[in-house]
Parts: sequence; structure tokens; C-alpha cells
Amino acid sequence: MSASGLDHAAPVAPPAAPPPVPPLPDPPARPRWALRALVALGIIGALAALRIALEAVLIEYAQRILMLAGINVILAVSLNLINGTTGQFSIGHAGFMAIGAYAAAFLGTHLAPAVAALLGSGALADAVTFNLALVLGALFAGLSGLCVGLPSLRLRGDYLAIVTLGFGEIIRISFNNAQFLGAATGYFGDSPAGLPPYTNLFWVLLWVVIVILITWNITFSQTGRSLAAIREDEIAAEAMATPTTRLKVLAFSLSAAGAGIAGGLFAHMQAGIRPEDFKFDKSIDMIVMIIVGGLGSVSGAALGGVFVAVSLELMRDLHEYRLVLYALLLIGIMLVRPQGILGTRELPSLLGGLWQRLAARGTAKNASSGGAER
Amino acid sequence: MLLELDHVHKIFGGLHAVKAVQLRVEPGEIFGLIGPNGAGKTTIFNVVTGVYRPDRGRVLFDGKDISGWSPAQIAGAGIGRTFQNIRLFRSMTAEQNVMVSGRRLHSAGLLATILRTASQADCERALRRRAHELLEALGLRGQAHDMAGSLPYGSQRRLEIARALMLAPKLLLLDEPAAGMNSQEARELEAQIRWLRDELKVAVVLVEHNMSVVMSVCERIHVVDHGETIADGPPSAIKTHPKVLAAYLGQEDSSGDAPRPEGEP
Repeated sequence: MSASGLDHAAPVAPPAAPPPVPPLPDPPARPRWALRALVALGIIGALAALRIALEAVLIEYAQRILMLAGINVILAVSLNLINGTTGQFSIGHAGFMAIGAYAAAFLGTHLAPAVAALLGSGALADAVTFNLALVLGALFAGLSGLCVGLPSLRLRGDYLAIVTLGFGEIIRISFNNAQFLGAATGYFGDSPAGLPPYTNLFWVLLWVVIVILITWNITFSQTGRSLAAIREDEIAAEAMATPTTRLKVLAFSLSAAGAGIAGGLFAHMQAGIRPEDFKFDKSIDMIVMIIVGGLGSVSGAALGGVFVAVSLELMRDLHEYRLVLYALLLIGIMLVRPQGILGTRELPSLLGGLWQRLAARGTAKNASSGGAER
Repeated sequence: MLLELDHVHKIFGGLHAVKAVQLRVEPGEIFGLIGPNGAGKTTIFNVVTGVYRPDRGRVLFDGKDISGWSPAQIAGAGIGRTFQNIRLFRSMTAEQNVMVSGRRLHSAGLLATILRTASQADCERALRRRAHELLEALGLRGQAHDMAGSLPYGSQRRLEIARALMLAPKLLLLDEPAAGMNSQEARELEAQIRWLRDELKVAVVLVEHNMSVVMSVCERIHVVDHGETIADGPPSAIKTHPKVLAAYLGQEDSSGDAPRPEGEP
């Protein structure tokens, strides 16, 4: 702020001379594709090792909570793109998750023979079938996001919330009545054992990484800035040539596709999926995750997803009092930190700041100790 | 001819806010649009920028009939604007505010964005460089990383101009840019308006109540009252124009003491 006086004085007559191009630091070397592939392979290897380690150490119950936490992270991070970054209040995320779950379960069941015929049965065929089903499920969810978003994203505020709420219920009731998907009993695939248990810690963690990476890159780009501008002031954003409706529909579809991935992972974690798994309160859970974590922050959403999964599990022994305590916990968080755990900040920048402060303290300590020696 | 309003009318219910206004702005001109409160100046801005559709008449920009275009299309065609009540993206930094309107400099698609390709990084760098040039030109260099909402009032007004300039507009509409500025800030603003016309070759249409700014910076002034044109000419002619004096100071034989309808939305 000390510079503001100078800034005011700078452009006075003679009329602000055409400014020299400010010297920007040299651009960092571009990451090469080979390097990126190497990093990707490294991450995959690390996740595979992590899975082996976790499965050796943790009991099955803990593994299951970890997987649910990962799925929550995907749900929260994707929902945050539309609710947090773009500022459009959508409460139908469970509907998109349901579409992804049913599509992935159905396709996973029906694609398996074809893939097995091509690749032979085994781990590779399973992996291909599973990820194909997940991606197609995300595609279905994304397309339904497009169909819901196109007419409804012209609405603002509460109206959009009502439309998305209605959409979520329509989806659930449709699955409740779809005979070929098991109607209210749920969909269990073709085999008596239920859906193939494709989901494991490796795949969950890998998709968490992928979804966070994609969301992060979108959020911190021209597209993300435009989405945030829509949240801040839609009229001004339009006056700055931002195609607001198109961007809102894009964010909504991407967010729905993310929910679709989470749904697919969720479906293949268990023997079957039922329409009740995707009720309205599931959507509310997701809203809670992003508000607790900090609306508009990617890493905050991820933290919120983990928080909801873990806190609900830790309180399981309390039985019916669990939800009471959970609600009290939420009220407490909102009283203490209404902006959420992280607010709108991101974990890396927060840690970077902390690191700088620690480093500064370190040098200060060194300097003072140096002084003491003299 | 850069901008032409051809007999433009705008009616809100019983209020005829703009009546058959005809005005022409030449490329590179600094053009003042003045009139008493409620005369319809901001309505004219909103018609030009696509917020309102003219009820009758046409708006021509750069040879194209832009009446009925969306605000985003008109902004993309090269009309930048600022707002009377500042409309910044408050919880974004000054730099981000300016970068938002740089879509022309940014050709990277969604896939390139997701993959962070080299071309996307180039676009980002070009955007940031241009944003910093504009911030510096408007005296906001030191505030690039401050939240727009936390900037002092005068800086917010100048940030709005920088943000509109990022569109690389041919025409810039400034809605009361000197409002709330002290006389020193107003003189800086005059210099900046001349600078952006001379260096960026932007035509400027200025709505302003600060007459010293209008008279010193504008080359031609268009005066409206009750939605109608009452004068158009160089500042020297406007200063002494009898109808203008009557509109601003009142006239004995007109019902000057009747309350004027506050038509400007």
C-alpha cells in the first residue's frame, strides 16, 4: 500500500507516456510431453504401491471408508466447479451420480463379454471394461447435464436450485420404475454374485487424481477466470464479451460428468445399486462437503469430501444420535469458520505462504543468533 | 463513421426514456454525452451495449446493424464499457479482472486447457503481459495482485477502464468515470483518456457530470434532455447554447420547477 501514493502521481500530465512493457520473468521451461508421461507413470506406480501397502495394513472396513472418501472427493470437487467457482446453486448432483452409476453398472455388465473376447479374460480385460464403463457413465452424466443445463442455466439463484432439485428426483424415480434396471430392488448385474467388484483403492485414487487435475487446470485458466467472473457479476462478465450461458452449461456438464465418474466407482464397490442410494439427502451431503471445505476452493472441496466421509464413519457407534452430533458439528463449523475450512484459498498457496513464513522466521533466528555471537 | 444511432427510441411503460436520438461518433473521437439527471444518458449506453433493445431505430457500429445483439456479442465486436455503479469482479485480483476480458488474445480450447499445452501457456502469458501493460498505463501497477473490491474508489474506476481496454475495443463508453474523484484524480483521468485515444486509437464516449472534465477533454458534445437531443457541437458552442443553459439552469417561461422524472434505471 505504500506504493499507492506514487501510483497516483505517476500518470499525471504530461499524459501518461506509453508505458514500457514491464519486464516479466522469463517463462519457465515448457514441460515436455516425455517428462509429463514420465510423471504420469510415476504417479500410477506410486498409487499402485500405495494400494498394496494400504491393503496390507488396513482392514477391509477401513479400506472401504477410504474408497468412499475418495468418491466423496470426486463428488465435491466436481460440484464445486458449478456451485463454488461459477456460483450457480445446483442441488441435483446425486441425480448425475445416479446416471453415472447405473450407466457404468449396466455397461460394465454388458461390455465385459465383448472385451473378454478381444483381450481374453484377466486383469487387463477387467481394467479396460471398468474404465470404459466409467468413462461412458461420465459421458452419459455429462450429456444429461447438458440437457438439464441448456434450458435451466438461464435461470438464476433459487430457480436453478429448484430445477436441479426436481431433476434429481425425476432421475431417482425413473430408475425406481425402470424394469430392465431392477426398478426399486436395484440393479445387480447378470450374475447371482452381483456387480463385478472392479473398484479398488488404486482406481479410486487414480480417478481422484485425474478429476482434481482436470478441475484444477480448468479453474486456473482463462475459462476458470471467466466462470469466476460470472459468479462475481454476470452483467459485467457479459459486457466483457464472456459467453456466459455457454460457459455455465460447460461447467455444469463437466461437473455432471465428474459426478458420473464417482457414481461408476460407487456402483462397482458393491453388489448392486438401488435408487435410494441417490436420494435428495445425498445431494445435500455434497453441498455440505463443499461448504465445509470452502466454497470456490478445489482443495477445500477435497478436504470437505474427506471430512464428511470420515466424520460420519467415526460417529457410527452413536447410532441414531450420529446425525444430531453431525448437525451440531456443522453448525459449529459455520459459527467458527463461515467461509469453510479453506475459504476461497487453495492448499498449495496456503502451504507456500506457511513455508515462506517459516523460512523468514528461520533467517530471522539465524540473524539474531548471529548477533548474539558477536 | 464508427457509431451511429439512427432515430433510436426506448420506452419503459409510460416513460419515453429516449426519443429519436441521432448521434454519430467518428473513429478516434472523444465524444461527450451530457444532460441533466434522468435525461436518458445511461439508457443510451445500455441500448448501445445491448443491455436494452431499442424499441425503434437502429444502432450501427462499424457499418453493422448491432441492434438486438447480446451484450457479449457487442463487446466482442469492439465496444468496451464501464459502469456508473462500479461493477468489478470484487473478490478477484486487479490482474484477473483485466484478464477476463482478454478472450481475443486467448485461443486455447477446452482440451488445451485441461492438458495445459504449450499453446495454452503462451496464451496465458500473452494475456498476463497485456494486462500488466494496461494496469501500468492506468497507474495500477502496484495493485495488480490486490483484490479489486479492496482498492480505493478512484483505482476501482481506473481498473474498470483497464478491464474494458483489454477487449481491444474500437469504442469505449465511460459512464461517469470521474464520479467521486477529487480534482487531482480527475486531471489524471483526463490525461489517461487522451492517452488511450492517442496511443490505443480508441474512440471514447463519455457520460460525465464533471463539466470541467467534459469541456477540457471532449472534442464534440451531444446534449440530451428528457430523452431528446437538444444540442450537438464543440465545447465552445455548447457552453453558450441557449437550450443547454435552459436545461441546466432552468428558464422562467418553462415549468422548470416541476420535478423531473427520474427515468434513468
